[in-house]
Amino acid sequence: MIRFEPRSNPGPILVYGVPVFAAVFAILLAAIPLALAGAPIMDAYGLMITGAFGSVFSTSEMLTRATPLILTGLAAAIAFRAKLWNIGAEGQLYMGAMAAVVVGTGVIDGPSWVMIPVIMIAGALAGALMLIGPTLLKTRMGVDEVVTTLLLNFIVLLFVQMMLEGALKDPMSMGWPQSEPIIDSAILPPLLERMRVHLGLIIALVAASGLAVFVKRTVWGFEIRAVGENAAAAKFSGISVTKTMILVAALSGGLAGLAGVSEVAGTRGYLATDLSPGYGYAGIVVAMLARLSPVGVIISALFVASVFVGADSMSRAIGVSSYLADLIVAMSLLCVLIGGFLTRFKVRFDRRKTAG
Amino acid sequence: MEIIDILLAASFWEAAIRIATPLIFGVLGALVCERAGVLNLGIEGIFTAGAMAGWMAVWLGAGLWGGVLVAALAGGFFGLIHAILTVPLGLSQHVSGIGVTLLATSLSYFTYRTALPDVSSPPRIIPFQPLDIPILSDLPFIGQALFSQTAMTMLALVLVFVTGWVLYRTPLGLAIRAVGDNPSSVEAQGLSVYGLRIGAVVVGSAMMALGGAFLTMSAFDAFFFGMINGRGWVCIALTVFASWRPGKALIGALLFGAFDAFQVRLQTEVGAFFPSQVFLMMPYILSIIALIVVARKADYPKALLVPWFKGQR
Amino acid sequence: MSSAAHSSHKTSPELLLQLAGITKKFGPLIANDAIDLKVHKGEIVALLGENGAGKTTLMNILFGHYVADEGTVTVTNRDGNLEQLEPGAPQAALDAGIGMVHQHFTLAENLSGLDNIVLGTEPIFRLRRDRTAARAKLADLMSGSGLNVDLDQPVHKLTVGEKQRVEILKALYRDARLLVLDEPTAVLTPQEADSLFVILRQLAATGLSVIIIAHKLAEVLAVSHRIAVLRGGKKVGEMQTSDADHRSIAELMVGREVPVSRRTERVPGAPVLRLSDVTIDRGDARRSLHGVNLTACEGEILGIAGVSGNGQAALAQLLAGLDKPDSGIVEIFEAIVTKFDAHKFAQNGIARIPEDRHHDGMVGSMSVAENIAIEDVRSKDYQKFGFLDFAAIRKRAEQAIKDYDVRCPGPGAPARLLSGGNIQKLILARVLEKSPKLILANQPSRGLDVGAQSEVHRRLLEARQNGAAVILISEDLDELLTISDQIVVIHAGHVSKAIPTDAIDRSELGLMMAGQTKTYTQQAQTSNTIRQGETP
Repeated sequence: MIRFEPRSNPGPILVYGVPVFAAVFAILLAAIPLALAGAPIMDAYGLMITGAFGSVFSTSEMLTRATPLILTGLAAAIAFRAKLWNIGAEGQLYMGAMAAVVVGTGVIDGPSWVMIPVIMIAGALAGALMLIGPTLLKTRMGVDEVVTTLLLNFIVLLFVQMMLEGALKDPMSMGWPQSEPIIDSAILPPLLERMRVHLGLIIALVAASGLAVFVKRTVWGFEIRAVGENAAAAKFSGISVTKTMILVAALSGGLAGLAGVSEVAGTRGYLATDLSPGYGYAGIVVAMLARLSPVGVIISALFVASVFVGADSMSRAIGVSSYLADLIVAMSLLCVLIGGFLTRFKVRFDRRKTAG
Repeated sequence: MEIIDILLAASFWEAAIRIATPLIFGVLGALVCERAGVLNLGIEGIFTAGAMAGWMAVWLGAGLWGGVLVAALAGGFFGLIHAILTVPLGLSQHVSGIGVTLLATSLSYFTYRTALPDVSSPPRIIPFQPLDIPILSDLPFIGQALFSQTAMTMLALVLVFVTGWVLYRTPLGLAIRAVGDNPSSVEAQGLSVYGLRIGAVVVGSAMMALGGAFLTMSAFDAFFFGMINGRGWVCIALTVFASWRPGKALIGALLFGAFDAFQVRLQTEVGAFFPSQVFLMMPYILSIIALIVVARKADYPKALLVPWFKGQR
Repeated sequence: MSSAAHSSHKTSPELLLQLAGITKKFGPLIANDAIDLKVHKGEIVALLGENGAGKTTLMNILFGHYVADEGTVTVTNRDGNLEQLEPGAPQAALDAGIGMVHQHFTLAENLSGLDNIVLGTEPIFRLRRDRTAARAKLADLMSGSGLNVDLDQPVHKLTVGEKQRVEILKALYRDARLLVLDEPTAVLTPQEADSLFVILRQLAATGLSVIIIAHKLAEVLAVSHRIAVLRGGKKVGEMQTSDADHRSIAELMVGREVPVSRRTERVPGAPVLRLSDVTIDRGDARRSLHGVNLTACEGEILGIAGVSGNGQAALAQLLAGLDKPDSGIVEIFEAIVTKFDAHKFAQNGIARIPEDRHHDGMVGSMSVAENIAIEDVRSKDYQKFGFLDFAAIRKRAEQAIKDYDVRCPGPGAPARLLSGGNIQKLILARVLEKSPKLILANQPSRGLDVGAQSEVHRRLLEARQNGAAVILISEDLDELLTISDQIVVIHAGHVSKAIPTDAIDRSELGLMMAGQTKTYTQQAQTSNTIRQGETP
């Protein structure tokens, strides 16, 4: 018979080792679908590694991918910490991107040090508002935020599509539903010459460290942790759960909105409905792999990004579907969940004494 | 006047029931899981898996009912993963559900792409055909609206009745309702909490998968990426709207189908004035409104989302 | 009642249950240490011991919820042969005819009483349920035992006493031969408890064996045939109830002389808290108050007596700043309260000790230090330029750990590692350190061992001595009678006039808690002297 015994205080090796182990295990599990697809397994792994780290270019591509993942990962991490189940980062990302396009395509103009903060604030605000709505519905009326944020993803995407075919349509796009380009002064400049990795990465890194300090060392962070871990006790001690939830919603939605800004003003240059290949959902995996730690999000975003970039390049080389990347990411989420369980419980196998 | 015309047309109700069918499967499945105390956000992925697996089985020559069986098995498989993670291991039902959705979706896409690497237009199967029941199908109005649906729609309607019967008229249903209300009451009476919950999630997931299978094997004849398009999430909202009752689930799904069919027809009337996306958004907006309407009096199964461990009282 | 002689009862020769050498360890804690126990047919055995003595663990092993590390459970099966019970299998215990009524009922609240009773007794994969046979059998059981309940009501609509009856019926319906009741009177009024005892004696007379787990001596003497006393996981004594002597059992149970906190004389000062005609209507008796008038003064402990679920929760929520009255006036420190806000309350000299210390009292994954500072993190003392001043937080925690003797690995350790008693000390340290003028103590010693209990009482009395007004909500009459200056009774949201503790008659208090005497309140003041004369 298998029994689970709670561990009162898991050691650091367990706490930090498990996510790494889960990630590695998920990659190894990918050998099964690779084999079933008839691909040379070792070659495939090799191609994945060189695809992500093989050259300055591929590493730059990987970092470009990691940028929005850090931001959506942070968005999920801070929300999940407070037990606000924000599954709507995808929609918040698009709203952020759209807000950046609204203010960043020529309505106003100025030097970069004005324009970049302006589009960032616009995007963050739009993302924040997208989550504050469902949060208020949750705290005021008890409407489950999981379903509302999920459904909003679809609504937002249709809304963006509508705007791209209407008010925001680029007249020069020859019929493609896409926005006018972001003006030069609002573009997030590349960090390396002729590479795609851009200022957004620095913004994401600053956001991660800022959030780490915020959660750990400020009064608001204290209250977020208290509400997330035990809302009843937090409330009893005088912390306003509603206010804390709204603060969390603003932060989480804002960070997801920033991911949209970074993509539209850093990577793409214009808005289209294929701006994000599911960065919002992948952010959940990033956050869980990081065990909801803001600094950990950086590392797990790099992992997820290299899986995506590596698998893309491998799939081009040997013709295995690039959905393998999504598969690895999904499996690593489930692996880290089980791993998290093993850090909290010891598994004991005990044999029952037979009678007599 | 035009609106009345739309509502009175048999073709309108035929469409409404058709649109409602996958939702009926999905809401019933979600309801069975939640009645046992487990929220199953794997539903969106399980829809995808059911759609892909069922279609693929038929395409490989398993026959339509073989496809239905394969879809149910695929749904049960992903349900089992979710059940193991959330029931004996007691992990977060939210995160596990999202994980199952990501896994089921990516595995379905990967499998489809691997099996059919270079197709530009998806291959088609011969789907379920509208029933042609003597007499019944020839009845005016109802003959077209109800008795000219496919066998899968009939299966969905039968399933509403079966689910209701099992939940309210059999010892098993009593045990499922009890385990979602207070697991300790079930354990104290010598029944297995884990067994009931895992069983309910597996069976509920199999039912969800049939909703996906309906799309590829009855409503359409091919599998597309992104074809589920949030239908699973809509079902989760409808389950709350239905207060976890099979009869109300049917009504909720039908209302939803009717509204969706109506907006499509409205679009052809007044489409010139509104962008098409406004109409496409309607189902999702409607789901959110449905949630808000019932939120205050929603009577959640008491033990929903609460993990339970053996030896805990 | 308590003096009823049971000497006429002869020990039935027919053995039903035998526990032999039961040992169970939870990590370093030995919950049960080689316990032996026998129960005969038609016998009521009381398992007596303080909280944490190992009674509940032992019964959980018997019922298959836990597996014993050592020892065996043997039951005489229906054919009359001794048979070892499969460990860790509730189903086996049920089949052997053992029924358990847990302290926390295991009922599905949304299902009817009938559904709860029938659950699990019929083959599960049957196409329909047949209730006629079940109803007939239950009607027989009810008329035979006096356990009357409306079985078609959803359980959440039943009173606590009725729920307990459903629990007992559940066991009897399964033809239980041994009924185990875990602290059955904890949630009952004294009168309800008495009627339960009558029912149990009646059932025992028909051949049912009963094990009753209790920690109150008087009850045990009233109902049982035999008493087994547990202490610290060991069986320290066993005797026929007829031979039992009050004093020696008490000593066996406690093992050592426990210093009982007694009030010292103190003249109450100015009123600190005054409720005038306060009504909170939440549609649910637990959370409602009706026209409550209440005054608590400096240097006074005001006990709130009542059976659980009679509006204590509403009163506690109100005084914790978590709810506001629909009508009426709340005055604290001689000012009318207009803003009910937990943060404000905590900052303005009101100490609040929550009922459920695990659920409302601490954030398990945060450190001991953070839990001590949680009410005050917004104050200037713990901030520097908007950031938390962890040095200051730690300093306060170290002081509190020393002053209140909180046993923990250190101020940085997560609070969930603490035992119940130490969590309560942590909460006391959090709220009492600030020399509050008003203290709300909601069930402050429930579930604590004797030592921790007397520590809580000492702290509350100390605060009273320093001039605080203490509102003590408790279901433990002994606790109320030991440390309160005055007691009011709460029943169905109504609060009686305050009665000085010295003038209280226990049985009269019981009737008030059951809502039986409305007139008592008026009589109380005038008849004090007479009643005092009456008590021996």
